[in-house]
Amino acid sequence: MTAGGIRVERLNAWFGDKQALRDISINIEGYHTTAIIGPSGCGKSTFVRCLNRMHEVNPMARATGRVFIGNTDIYENGTTPVEVRRRVGMVFQKPNPFPTMSIYDNVAAGLKLNGWERGRRLGDAVEQALRRAALWDEVKDDLKKKSGASLSGGQQQRLCIARALAVEPEVLLMDEPASALDPMATAKIEDLLFELKQSVTVVIVTHNMQQAARVAEFTGFFLMGALIEFDRTEQMFTKPRDKRTEDYVTGRFG
Amino acid sequence: MSRTRFHEALDGLRQELVAMGGMAERAVELAVRAYTERDLSLCREVFSGEVVINSTERRLDEVVLDLLAMQQPMAVDLRLILAISKCIADLERVGDQAVNIAECVEQLLGLPEFESPADLPEMASLARMMLRRALNAFVDADAAEAQAVLLLDDELDAMNDHAYTAVAAAKAAEPAFTQNLLNFLIIARNFERIGDHATNIAEDVIFWVRGADVRHHATSNE
Repeated sequence: MTAGGIRVERLNAWFGDKQALRDISINIEGYHTTAIIGPSGCGKSTFVRCLNRMHEVNPMARATGRVFIGNTDIYENGTTPVEVRRRVGMVFQKPNPFPTMSIYDNVAAGLKLNGWERGRRLGDAVEQALRRAALWDEVKDDLKKKSGASLSGGQQQRLCIARALAVEPEVLLMDEPASALDPMATAKIEDLLFELKQSVTVVIVTHNMQQAARVAEFTGFFLMGALIEFDRTEQMFTKPRDKRTEDYVTGRFG
Repeated sequence: MSRTRFHEALDGLRQELVAMGGMAERAVELAVRAYTERDLSLCREVFSGEVVINSTERRLDEVVLDLLAMQQPMAVDLRLILAISKCIADLERVGDQAVNIAECVEQLLGLPEFESPADLPEMASLARMMLRRALNAFVDADAAEAQAVLLLDDELDAMNDHAYTAVAAAKAAEPAFTQNLLNFLIIARNFERIGDHATNIAEDVIFWVRGADVRHHATSNE
């Protein structure tokens, strides 16, 4: 497996009796962006939530199979969810900064929760994370004055990205990160993705196929819990091999 | 526009391209008849037909642009729209070539009669057959038929080379008929070009149907 990559072997997931993922095996390339597309309820969000053990947060949920981040099987005994989530960050559809905390504290919170080593300068790490999330220039003068909630939607989302990046994860999972944002804010997030993949492997769930086409080198198409096709994005959107992928990307679906 | 209406619009565009193909075929047919029947009025029909082909080109190009901008088509739809866009340009050129032939016929009708040393009717019939089969392949989304068209192009090229040799020889023997001979050569050249455009259309059909680029003898079947 390439550096920073994710290898998934025979991943199955359930909510109670309902099977949400069926036998997913996939190799996600490190330091690239991979988009996950598919209709509502196809399992794409469940899939990414299995990549950092968020799936099991739901008491009805369980999963089997193996997920390797680097050389670590994150489902192996002895690997803790906290450890996994430090290595695999996540950003959600709706920006969720801690509303009462300042911008600075929002980013620092992630570091503190993950056992920030004393002696290193917290301020440097916060600045670096905000820079990587392309938010620093917009907030540097109000870091401790303004709350995270006072920012615009797009800035809040970049703040959440900064919070996720602060602990220097190897993988960043994004579940519809721009679907609540206007086109300008969306464009900023997409530009940011281009920068980020230098240093982090990105897996993005999106309903917007044009967005997948713009940001991702690889795309996986899910349908009814199964991975139907996984290939380079240009192949998926110009000449998919599977008729079901073709029907979905051309809107002939259903 | 909903996706259903988009697909209806795309089907409509496809039919309009077929209609434009019919106009181009008709233009070539008229030009060939103008030559064989030495009929000036048929030349004029070619000229007036070209105006319609040109305006069709502009209109269909606009539809293509709108669908690309507004619908962001994907996969087979994207390939079809690109193929149509290129076919539009090829058919417009076929219309121009019919005009070129008709202009030569016009000139020939003002010159003393002289029989062509090149077998122009034979070239005409092969070029027209290639165009018809390429358009049929488009109508039927038939990549195998399109592939068959590609194989005919070498034959037409060889005929064109042969026409050149024959005309050159005739010019040496009958310099007084150089004007006639130059016109024969231009006509042959235009039939050869029509074959090239039919080839392009056939390649576009293969790209649309199979997603494969077979231009310039590429063999990729991906």
